[in-house]
Amino acid sequence: MATSSSRLLPEPTPETAPFWEGCRRHELRIQRCNDCDRFYFYPRPYCPHCLSDDTEWMTVSGEGILRTYVINHRPMPGFAGEAPYVTAIVELAEGPRLMTNLVNVEPVPANLPVGLAVTVVFDDVTDTVTLPRFQPKDRR
Amino acid sequence: MPVELRGAVAVVGAAETDRIGVVPDMSAIQLHANAARNALRDAGLDKGQIDGVASAGMSPVAVADYLGIEPSYVDGTSIGGGSFMLHVAHAVAALTVGYCNYVLITHGESGRSRLGGEGWAGLPPTSAEGQFEVPYGALGAASTFTVPIVGHMAKYGTTEEQIASVAVATRAWAARNSRAMKRAPITVEDVLTSRLVAWPIHLLECCLVTDGGGALILTTAERARDLSRPPVYILGTGEGVENVGISTMRDLTDARASRRSGERAFRLAGLGPADVDHLMLYDAFAHTPMFALEALGFVKPGESGPFFAEGRSAPGGDLPVNTNGGGLSYTHTGRLGMFAMQESVRQLRGEAEAQVPGIRTSLAHGIAHFFSAAGTVIMSNQL
Repeated sequence: MATSSSRLLPEPTPETAPFWEGCRRHELRIQRCNDCDRFYFYPRPYCPHCLSDDTEWMTVSGEGILRTYVINHRPMPGFAGEAPYVTAIVELAEGPRLMTNLVNVEPVPANLPVGLAVTVVFDDVTDTVTLPRFQPKDRR
Repeated sequence: MPVELRGAVAVVGAAETDRIGVVPDMSAIQLHANAARNALRDAGLDKGQIDGVASAGMSPVAVADYLGIEPSYVDGTSIGGGSFMLHVAHAVAALTVGYCNYVLITHGESGRSRLGGEGWAGLPPTSAEGQFEVPYGALGAASTFTVPIVGHMAKYGTTEEQIASVAVATRAWAARNSRAMKRAPITVEDVLTSRLVAWPIHLLECCLVTDGGGALILTTAERARDLSRPPVYILGTGEGVENVGISTMRDLTDARASRRSGERAFRLAGLGPADVDHLMLYDAFAHTPMFALEALGFVKPGESGPFFAEGRSAPGGDLPVNTNGGGLSYTHTGRLGMFAMQESVRQLRGEAEAQVPGIRTSLAHGIAHFFSAAGTVIMSNQL
């Protein structure tokens, strides 16, 4: 996707920096709790399931399924000229869900059935920020 | 032994701003004050009697000072559009235990004309939403609130026509309300051929953007008996909180905050969905009343589409919903919850323009910030 000066980019905080640093290296890293053995997202030092601080960053598969989405016809800041585009929630194979964009697929409902297998692609939108987006695993 | 809250508190004053819709000559705080004055007049109370003030989108301190009131109870709970339902819930508790005597709850928003007001703080790029939702274009209600719909369609077979029928039924009510902004009847086809905003949502399935306000005054049922207006009793209230942003909803097809708020309100009221004659369900978009109807237990999960498509919420239907025309056709300043409760009160007083005959119990439900929180208030004109 094209970059734009008006794009609203994330500003990492100390507890989220490892996620964004992973994206810059084109690795999808999320946290897993060693006490309750569950992955979670968004990043935070305390497991939202059991509040343990015994958590670690893991590089995950980047595979998942499409859970739900909208096809935006009214572009938001940073998406000028790109509508229609897909804002989606993907459920990773490891369990957690995250908001993302579905890319490299024509944005029409017939191409985007819920349950579609997707895989991560990294988009270096600036020198410092890389966003994880997803595309169909079996690109047609 | 818990304190008995059922029917302990009543709405004794309720009013909206003189004008609603496009009000380019009044600031947000003036809209609060205009509605507050009207509610005081409605209740036959002097402002000196008000010792509790609650508001959202504007500090209750600012509202109190503007009105020349020095309260000893304030509630600035500001979770989003349904904040006022939580203000009612908290006021019921405070009034019942005697912490204060008369609570004034105000809303005023210059959502269309953008005159003053604290506005929406937005989502800083360091916040969870600012980092993990906004960069993907999930910014603003139309491309955020709408994200779960496709999941509902996939799970239950909900159709675009069914979602559109919510807007059609709501417009049919608005056609009967002289204060509604949009009154011309529409069809499912009109909705589905209106401009696509965020598929599967079209322009006519999105709320209006307006100016206006409303205010409620609550006191104990005991004091209410000595006042001028017929009391509208609060039978039950509940609130619920779940997710920040929309991607952290635990179940994308189940509004759990709504569900929790409804369960508590029904439990306190000693009632169930079958006892409710009239519903006000926060309609920021056509699908939000569908999610609420299911979460509150009026229909089973997945059955809201057929419910609306069959016209059951429309004039002549067995469960009238959003009889003022809702956020889709009446007004939507930004925080709709106040207007939902205003219509519940009008209906229970028998003063609504589209009056439902024989009504006894009304439920007003407010959601907040993309299903993240919710509040439910069950009211009745009888104890």
